[in-house]
Amino acid sequence: MASTAITAGAEPVFHLEEEHAHAEGGSTMLGFWLYLMSDCLIFAMLFAAFGVLGGNYAAGPAPKDLFDLGLVAVNTTMLLLSSITYGFAMLTMDKGRVGATQGWLAVTMLFGLAFLSIELYEFAHMIHEGATPQRSAFLSSFFTLVGTHGLHVTFGIVWMVTLMVQVARHGLIEANRRRLMCLSMFWHFLDVVWIGVFTFVYLMGTLR
Amino acid sequence: MSAHDHAGHDHAHGGVAHGSLKGYLVGFFLSVILTAIPFWMVMTGAIDNKQATAIIVMAFAAVQIVVHMIFFLHMNPASEGGWSMLALIFTVILVVIVLSGSLWVMYHLNANMMPGLHEMQQMP
Amino acid sequence: MPESLTKFIFGRLTLESLPLHEPIVVATFVVVALGGLALLGAVTYFKLWGYLWREWFTSVDHKKIGIMYMVLGLVMLLRGFSDAIMMRLQQAIAFNGSEGYLNAHHYDQIFTAHGVIMIFFVAMPFVTGLMNFVVPLQIGARDVSFPFLNNFSFWMTVGGAILVMASLFVGEFARTGWLAYPPLSGINYSPDVGVDYYIWALQVAGVGTTLSGINLICTIIKMRAPGMTMMRMPVFTWTSLCTNVLIVASFPVLTAVLTLLALDRYVGTNFFTNDFGGNPMMYVNLIWIWGHPEVYILILPLFGVFSEVTSTFSGKRLFGYTSMVYATVVITILSYLVWLHHFFTMGSGASVNSFFGITTMIISIPTGAKMFNWLFTMYRGRIRFELPMMWTVAFMLTFVVGGMTGVLLAVPPADFVLHNSLFLIAHFHNVIIGGVLFGLFAGIAYWWPKAFGFRLDPFWGKVSFWCWVLGFWFAFMPLYILGLMGVTRRMRVFDDPSLQIWFVIAAFGAVLIAAGIAAFLVQIFVSIRKRAELVDVTGDPWDGRTLEWSTSSPPPAYNFAFTPIIRDNDAWWDMKKAGYRRPLSGFKPIHMPKNTGTGVILAVFSVALGFGLIWYMWWLAALSFVCLIATAIGHTFNYHRDFDIPAAEVAQTEEARTALLAAEGARA
Repeated sequence: MASTAITAGAEPVFHLEEEHAHAEGGSTMLGFWLYLMSDCLIFAMLFAAFGVLGGNYAAGPAPKDLFDLGLVAVNTTMLLLSSITYGFAMLTMDKGRVGATQGWLAVTMLFGLAFLSIELYEFAHMIHEGATPQRSAFLSSFFTLVGTHGLHVTFGIVWMVTLMVQVARHGLIEANRRRLMCLSMFWHFLDVVWIGVFTFVYLMGTLR
Repeated sequence: MSAHDHAGHDHAHGGVAHGSLKGYLVGFFLSVILTAIPFWMVMTGAIDNKQATAIIVMAFAAVQIVVHMIFFLHMNPASEGGWSMLALIFTVILVVIVLSGSLWVMYHLNANMMPGLHEMQQMP
Repeated sequence: MPESLTKFIFGRLTLESLPLHEPIVVATFVVVALGGLALLGAVTYFKLWGYLWREWFTSVDHKKIGIMYMVLGLVMLLRGFSDAIMMRLQQAIAFNGSEGYLNAHHYDQIFTAHGVIMIFFVAMPFVTGLMNFVVPLQIGARDVSFPFLNNFSFWMTVGGAILVMASLFVGEFARTGWLAYPPLSGINYSPDVGVDYYIWALQVAGVGTTLSGINLICTIIKMRAPGMTMMRMPVFTWTSLCTNVLIVASFPVLTAVLTLLALDRYVGTNFFTNDFGGNPMMYVNLIWIWGHPEVYILILPLFGVFSEVTSTFSGKRLFGYTSMVYATVVITILSYLVWLHHFFTMGSGASVNSFFGITTMIISIPTGAKMFNWLFTMYRGRIRFELPMMWTVAFMLTFVVGGMTGVLLAVPPADFVLHNSLFLIAHFHNVIIGGVLFGLFAGIAYWWPKAFGFRLDPFWGKVSFWCWVLGFWFAFMPLYILGLMGVTRRMRVFDDPSLQIWFVIAAFGAVLIAAGIAAFLVQIFVSIRKRAELVDVTGDPWDGRTLEWSTSSPPPAYNFAFTPIIRDNDAWWDMKKAGYRRPLSGFKPIHMPKNTGTGVILAVFSVALGFGLIWYMWWLAALSFVCLIATAIGHTFNYHRDFDIPAAEVAQTEEARTALLAAEGARA
């Protein structure tokens, strides 16, 4: 386009005649992706802390004594299901079906809440058995890593509620679609982090 | 004008790919399988060798992360003019540096400066 | 009962928390309070509150935000430098049994505050401010990608600064050194509020820094004018891009590490403790993964400034543009592979130390390449020794020395001797003052006319320049010598009287630098007084080469009446050579973002949250957290964030400039 502009007339053209509006929100997806990458590094730090300190039980309980892999498998299923239902929400959003989008979002949220409840149950159980975050460096890094992921899920749910209200008010307008796409990335990103969590923390921990 | 300069404009028209029903379902079934196998391996102790199990489990995780990236996050080299992919690759490199570097540095530190640690770990 | 109530309301904040027993602090407080009251009174008297709020505080204009960042940096420079000169004085007199005039409790806070303030609240705001102001202009954009976020980022940085300043008068600051290594910074050894101030000030400011990094990356990637390919971007924009990549990829690390430290202190976890399997060295490892890239975050934009200044004032295209870009990118990546050189003595052994020693030495190669590029740009150029160019030459001479002592420190066996000595202190002041600060002064002198429409007074600029340069050499060369003799950093009193002369020389250097800062302030004051004489109507006072010089000074709110088309690096130079004429008609309405006060409100709640956490006022922390979330969510319900500047208004602005230019042409 620039080259055509230059060759268009005898004199070089140095500016656009029409207002060259950068579409509103044109940078949003990239910006949000960059935010996710920075969040990814926060998780990388927590993984690093777990990797280095995760073997320091301080004569306290070890992963084998604490982890119930069956429960973790159920939990993982909840999160996976919430991912696909969010995907369905995006597909219905593309078709412009407000009701169906809201419905799938609600289902996603329920799976998210189920995930959180199971996680809280697991934490409560561990703390009840004396495996508190203060007990050893292993438990400190375990609770912080898994808890940070849980906090992200909580935040995602709050965000989802906000968006559902906004979709109910204004429908699937461009701004709302963009927001739903950002939340979609956020939600699937949390799923990716969870793959790291169940692999490195739960499965590898049990193997240790 | 080069293509990546204004790739962002496409989004305003909803031109971004959100995947298809088929894509989501394929991704979902792949990730179910890729999750189930490692859980099964560890829970039943299918392979006696712990180290081999660990390596296989990690390999499954790596594949599953790629599956999620492609089918759920719709990563492809073209989105956002390649900048998303570039950011992702850069982040992955940094994560690898940070994780492996920290483990390497701290392992050597412990080996050199805390010779008593091994005895500590043997304690019940 | 009343006692438990006050405990609930005020947490651990009591009257004893006010440092009334420290006469120096009380005197400072009185001076600051009187000065502050005078300022507030003046603002009220001249009825400026509405103007400031509407035109500045709530502004989403990247130029105004950039200028506000610079003001913040300047104010905090005065605070950080007061700490510096207090330390120099203490060390110069604390000999022969004298305890000096600062007690240990106070002295330890001063060296911590000096480091924290200078890095986070002087260098960072200055650098961010410069990038904010210049980058959109250089790429032909109207604003940044996320204008509201930009305003919010700025106020979060201010929030962090406010918390640090509050620690001076309410409670105390950390006594741990600027990186707050545990176990000293753990709750057992620092039970007071100092480290908590440190943590929450940096967390609040860190949010702002990270978001501003994302914002500027998006701006550079998405908002470039048509025709400006990556390899046609001005070098300053390139270095800004790399800097912001480093910010986005390293500040999360700091956030995570400080969160872990906070958990240790607040919840009682055992990450960095000595008990229950915690490992303090892990903190050192993690924080330097942030810490080393941070060094390059500070210096890279200034490398860009030097590149712009050198080519402008040599009247030549920058030598080796491509190699400059690649050198910058290589530094960006390498900066993540060298962090262990900050703790060679930790004891990771020969293999680890040699790896990081070698990577550290490798990083000097791209930096050296840059140095040669600047020299070759000057070679056979028509050099004008205006103020920015003087700073650049001083930088080259000074920075090379600092760089070479850095390579020396990169040799692990040498580092075992020099670790934590004054040699190290001299080294990093050599690169930070000689690189970052000199670069900032070059940048300020260079872009000031763009921001305000008149130049800075050259006489006072030269006074400031010579005071700074000589002051730097007097202040830090003695520290190299002392460091080689084995004097360690952060000492309050000394036994060996033969060392005193070096500290006296260093103190003299600090006084010279003080004169340099004073001269800089005088320069600004005099320039404002003489603005009619120093005025620049053309918008291009230095015969510049990049796009920012093509618009008026100060630029209109929309920066460019028409979006420029770029055909070459040095776009403006190309336009001038090809006989560019300003368009005088055909103006269109321009779409711009609206101002908003949400950024200020969010930052206020963040400061309240931090304050509540620091003093264990849990009700305040909880309340402000809820308000913070509610305000943020509430803000997303506002869908009308833009407006159009009518074409008539654009035409009016542009016609006013046409008239000015014509008058100038007639006078000349």
